[in-house]
Amino acid sequence: MHFAFTDEQEQFRASVQRFLRERAPITAVRSAMETTLGYDRTLWRQLCDELGLPGIQVPEALGGQGFGFVELCIALEEMGRALLCAPFFASSVLATQALLNGASETQQLELLPAIASGQRIATLAWVESNGRWDPGGIALTATPVGTGYRLDGEKKFVLDGDHAEVILVAARAPGSVGAAGLSLLLVEAEAPGLERHPLQTLDPTRRQAALRFNGVSARLLGAAGNAGAALALTLDQAAVALASEMVGGTAALLESAVAYAKIRMQFGRPIGSFQAIKHQCAELLLAQELTAAAARYAAAAVAENAPDVPALAALAKARASDTYLQAAVECIQIHGGVGFTWDHDTHLWFKRAKTSQVLLGDANYHRERYLAQLEAGA
Amino acid sequence: MSQFDDTTIRTAVRDWLATHWDPERGLVAWRHLLAESGWGVPHWPSEWCGRDLPVALLPGIEAEFDAIGAVGVARVGIRLLAAATLLEHGRDEHKARFLRRILTGEDTWCQLFSEPGSGSDLAGATTRADFDGERWRVNGQKLWTTSAHHAQWGLLLARTDWDLPKHQGLSYFVIDMRQSAIQVQPLKQMNGYASFNQVFFTDAEIPAENLIGAVGDGWKIAMTTLAHERRNADALKRWGRASDRPGRIYAEERAEIATVMEPYRWYPQRAGRVDLTFSRARETGRIAEPALRQELSRLLMLAQCAEWMAHRARHAKALGRPEGPEGSLGKLAASHLARAAAQVHTLISGADAMLAGPEAPLGGLIAEILLSVPATSIAGGTDEIQRNIIAERVLDLPREPRMDAGPFRDVPRNPPRAR
Ligand SMILES: Cc1cc2nc3c(=O)[nH]c(=O)nc-3n(C[C@H](O)[C@H](O)[C@H](O)COP(=O)(O)OP(=O)(O)OC[C@H]3O[C@@H](n4cnc5c(N)ncnc54)[C@H](O)[C@@H]3O)c2cc1C
Repeated sequence: MHFAFTDEQEQFRASVQRFLRERAPITAVRSAMETTLGYDRTLWRQLCDELGLPGIQVPEALGGQGFGFVELCIALEEMGRALLCAPFFASSVLATQALLNGASETQQLELLPAIASGQRIATLAWVESNGRWDPGGIALTATPVGTGYRLDGEKKFVLDGDHAEVILVAARAPGSVGAAGLSLLLVEAEAPGLERHPLQTLDPTRRQAALRFNGVSARLLGAAGNAGAALALTLDQAAVALASEMVGGTAALLESAVAYAKIRMQFGRPIGSFQAIKHQCAELLLAQELTAAAARYAAAAVAENAPDVPALAALAKARASDTYLQAAVECIQIHGGVGFTWDHDTHLWFKRAKTSQVLLGDANYHRERYLAQLEAGA
Repeated sequence: MSQFDDTTIRTAVRDWLATHWDPERGLVAWRHLLAESGWGVPHWPSEWCGRDLPVALLPGIEAEFDAIGAVGVARVGIRLLAAATLLEHGRDEHKARFLRRILTGEDTWCQLFSEPGSGSDLAGATTRADFDGERWRVNGQKLWTTSAHHAQWGLLLARTDWDLPKHQGLSYFVIDMRQSAIQVQPLKQMNGYASFNQVFFTDAEIPAENLIGAVGDGWKIAMTTLAHERRNADALKRWGRASDRPGRIYAEERAEIATVMEPYRWYPQRAGRVDLTFSRARETGRIAEPALRQELSRLLMLAQCAEWMAHRARHAKALGRPEGPEGSLGKLAASHLARAAAQVHTLISGADAMLAGPEAPLGGLIAEILLSVPATSIAGGTDEIQRNIIAERVLDLPREPRMDAGPFRDVPRNPPRAR
């Protein structure tokens, strides 16, 4: 049964929440997002040393905390609520899951401890300019050269890709198509022939970059030409993780909208006593409850390696894409003019909601995937 | 807690069914046996036909019944609301008199709350009950009363004091529907059925002992009834389906569904019949259309989420957390779901969506869905009222300014309707 958190999980949530409220309030978010790096290194170290978050779901033998995917998603909900600026999603979700799913044991032992302790920041580069989120859209090629590989092509929308120290690249064998012929490779940040430049995005709280590979040497992870399944699994897990983060963000917006509706007076009464506002809040709560139920169920399914993870991931991400944006749009509306100002904080969540809506596939994409999964199972 | 473990309980119920279940037994006799054993309503108190088991175990127990096709107690319709209300507010003599006959299906109930002048605003009831020193006399009119034409008993909300503010002047009664001072007239609905009625009271009588709670407690007790009605909104889809197996008990159950359960025959359709959408989309080939795929997928996701949300609510209840106004969330979700399902059925049916009757899709069932769904967002409290409840009691948003304070006598209200 996936319907309630244990007491331990609730305590864990409370401790992450307390930490973020104290050390990463929205003023800290605002100053971090103005920096070149995009996050506060001191805060990141505290997050690693005091809470051990970056390796929360990584087994202890690989330098992690040995908790499960559910705990990871609880932490993500809280990070989404706080709008934390950190390379967590890139490093601890995308890159870490890719290594857990696709690298050999020896490679995991070599690479994961530094990532799980937060010392090295990693990311996963798989999407390209065509904007296709599925592995089939990959065009960048990996050509065998001696004992290694040479990468040619480009990657785009790479989270924290301008400063990550370890870059995992999804590439295909020249001439291969679809999910076949895909490999996962490791590139060091200083590798010759690698050009990276930050992308200007809507959301200043999460960095993205474009990467060019001009004959860059790379090291193969896992078996050659065999990474299709591991990559697909990684992307499903990432969709569930992102949906969890989005559920947390939605909760923050809903709280903010309701709090304002209680205090803002117009026509001699709080605006929250007008049904137009009241009913909007009620519908938002319903949407959030439904979506949170989906994200939590999906997280538990990932933790148990359930066979329906692809369908559940699609469901959770589709719902979260719609719900987070609905909350952001309505939170601004309920705040009126002040909600449209830079000084007011709502736009920061709006921008995260807008980019998260698209990141890893929008609602239409995931609804189509969900139905295709049901058809395959019928 | 080990005796409450799911596997142990399932073994216990399986063993009990193995010795007692017999499809050739009479329906009422079987249900008496269920009431005595406690397996009919295991989550009820053990002194009242139950076993004190947590609700979380019910699905497992029901699965054991389903596995061998064993019939359960009567638990469809207003009877459920009556039982829940009496369990919470009735005196022991009420429970002893009414509960078992509710479960056996011997008595049918109706809910006499809404009136021509007061629907959403139930506390504005003007049907009056006056005590003449010996018994209560009831005068007035109720409206939209489902299954009043079959009912033995009615749950009546009536005004007993006109000088108190509206919520305080109401009392709650059980009224015997089989008396000549009560006239029941069926009303035809937009879907062609006539499940609800208008009910006229002209000096109808209620013995003093049929007052539930104290005089003036009517509103509080009615809230219990309504909370159960909302919570059951997501269970509508299972109502009124008969088994076609051979055996005396099934024949009697089919007869029951065809007669006293007849008002509920269209209830699964009113919930939208999400269960039919995916298979029909495939059978008709429409599943290839991208626009339909999006709507269908959205609908199935919503249905799945609503189910998880209901599970979470039940789970919270099983953990002993208080039952709150969350039922309104489920009811609102059921409305969205029903409307979205009707839309998807329309898209799947194409031009045939215009047809009704035997030559229409699924022999008219789709037409019945399309014409029954509008009830979902009205019956049991409208969507607007659910949103008010969620906003005010869950989110704690400020109430609207009231125009109806003070003695009820002076509150502005609808003019009486000509009969
Ligand atoms: C199929 C069916 C079965 C029923 N069975 C029973 C039964 O067995 N027993 C029984 O007692 N009743 C029954 N009802 C009645 C039902 O509970 C009422 O119809 C319902 O509560 C609405 O009341 P009303 O019809 O008077 O509409 P009104 O209350 O007049 O509402 C009209 C419109 O105004 C809106 N409105 C009203 N108040 C507010 C407010 N404060 N804020 C915002 N909007 C508001 C409503 O949402 C609605 O849209 C049944 C109804 C149906 C459709």
